[in-house]
Amino acid sequence: MSETETIKFSAETEALMKSIITRYPEGKHKSALLPLLHIAQADTDGWLSVPVMNRVAEILNIKPIEVYEVASFYSMFHLEPVGNCLIEVCRTSSCWLRGAYDIVQHIENRLGIKDGETTPDGKFSLRTVECLGSCGTAPMLQIGETYHENLTKEKVDALLEENKSRTTHSRYVDHTTFRTL
Amino acid sequence: MQRKLLLEHIDVPGIQTYDVYRSKGGYASVEKALKTMTPDAVTEEVKKSGLRGRGGAGFPTGMKWSFLAKPEGVPRYLVCNADESEPGTFKDRYLMEHIPHLLLEGMITASFALGAHTSYIYVRGEFFYIIRILEKAIAEAYKNGWLGKNIQGSGFDHDIYVHPGAGAYICGEETALLESLEGKRGNPRIKPPFPAVKGLYDCPTVVNNVETIAAVVPIVNNGGEAYAAIGIGKSTGTKLISASGHIKKPGVYEIELGVPVEEFIYSDAFCGGILNDKKLKAVVAGGSSVPILPAELILKTANGEPRLMTYESLADGGFATGTMLGSGGFIVMDESASIVHNLYTFTRFYHHESCGQCSPCREGTGWMEKILHKILDGHGSSTDIDLLWDIQRKIEGNTICPLGDAAAWPVASAIRHFRHEFEAYVNHPKQQHVVSYYDHCHNLATAEV
Repeated sequence: MSETETIKFSAETEALMKSIITRYPEGKHKSALLPLLHIAQADTDGWLSVPVMNRVAEILNIKPIEVYEVASFYSMFHLEPVGNCLIEVCRTSSCWLRGAYDIVQHIENRLGIKDGETTPDGKFSLRTVECLGSCGTAPMLQIGETYHENLTKEKVDALLEENKSRTTHSRYVDHTTFRTL
Repeated sequence: MQRKLLLEHIDVPGIQTYDVYRSKGGYASVEKALKTMTPDAVTEEVKKSGLRGRGGAGFPTGMKWSFLAKPEGVPRYLVCNADESEPGTFKDRYLMEHIPHLLLEGMITASFALGAHTSYIYVRGEFFYIIRILEKAIAEAYKNGWLGKNIQGSGFDHDIYVHPGAGAYICGEETALLESLEGKRGNPRIKPPFPAVKGLYDCPTVVNNVETIAAVVPIVNNGGEAYAAIGIGKSTGTKLISASGHIKKPGVYEIELGVPVEEFIYSDAFCGGILNDKKLKAVVAGGSSVPILPAELILKTANGEPRLMTYESLADGGFATGTMLGSGGFIVMDESASIVHNLYTFTRFYHHESCGQCSPCREGTGWMEKILHKILDGHGSSTDIDLLWDIQRKIEGNTICPLGDAAAWPVASAIRHFRHEFEAYVNHPKQQHVVSYYDHCHNLATAEV
């Protein structure tokens, strides 16, 4: 996809975006930027390409730079392609104390990639992330919207098996996440 | 014993749903406030309750509400801070997941007191499954006449919207949260003006933590004095504690403020003791930002008094020998835990989460991470320990928001109480089974700004 390409989301997606915008007062539609970027990322290829961000800017009637500067600030927005299944493992204190690094090492060995990499077939990406608020159920990892907690190597193996042949990319949101107004 | 005020009905099957929540007396505080009280009377009860902000800062809630500017013709907002991201803290998530209507009820009652007709719940982006739960609860509340126009025939209108974050700890700082809610990068604002005067869209705004807003429900139902009768001194009411780390029973516990720390760690009603019956080494009592204390100082103050789970007792001795209640993120470490390595995970966290606005924080957190990595990797020297101390001292108090302090305090306290562990790494690197395979792979390149 070239950076100057223009795209449109599906009619359904654009309608959802319009509905989200009405949650904010008249003239304050820029507030909808974060939820719109989440929806845009989920409904395209799981990452935010320049044309995708440009379309969000168009919908909100703001400058593209206002979208880029926000997208690059928040860690849940991916500015490069990620694997079909993005595995995010918490690495902060409580998870570390309860063996998160063993879990990371196990995934690295099973997938043959390191933290931050994607498998050559594009099926999996592995990332260590900061505290996901699951400290009492550590160690844990997140795939899309779902938290997988109290991990063991066996549980991880089952997750890898389950996600090996997934057809859609792991997404944080879908069209049923938000209440429509 | 646990003292259940917020979590009283947590075990009732179906309490997540409106019907069951309502059958257990849910939304009574809204009825009471809207039908029998003035907005100022509600604020007065909150003042009397002595409730303090449960997000970490502990500022008196009633006072925060009374600072709200009320110019004619300008909308006011209540914003719920559900950006729970302080390492070691997972209580708001627990509350929203299991009893979402309690938060909504508190928001409606609080909004009535503040004269806010619109409120937002800013939920950290990783919690989309919680957003799903909240959205469902909000739809139920509209359907049953607790939200929207003319709530229960009272003439009061209120709308609640959920707003997702996108992975930035800094948005838990209230002005960064407001920036983010306006669709911008989460850079904290310079204060004053405070949000009470110029907040969301430059309008007067109160930002309160999830647990704080939920506590308004029992306060209005039973009266501020009844709430203030629970707890000790200025630590009134109950507090949700998120317990994690090397303990037998990690989880969220609602305690009456004043429970002895020793009881909290060892009683079967709470943490159930140290995992595998090992020895307690250290505790981070209030989320990653507060000073770490060694076993002897967390169980007893420097004067030999039993340490209690209150704002005052945990702070007894100042930072020399005390700590803070903070968010109630209680992380326990047994004798096998490396204090230096734990600190490394914290410092890497703060470096990753620094918004980059202020040089001392942006640069200092990165330097501290690199130095700690060097020490863990067996290449540190004793001057590195002094350098760490020097850097943290220069970050503290020199930034726009408290993230700088939050990054400095763990470093200062770890060196203050566990300098010998740093020295062991420096003097006998080979004797420490220090850097894991994972850290070897995760080389220093990741510490670049």
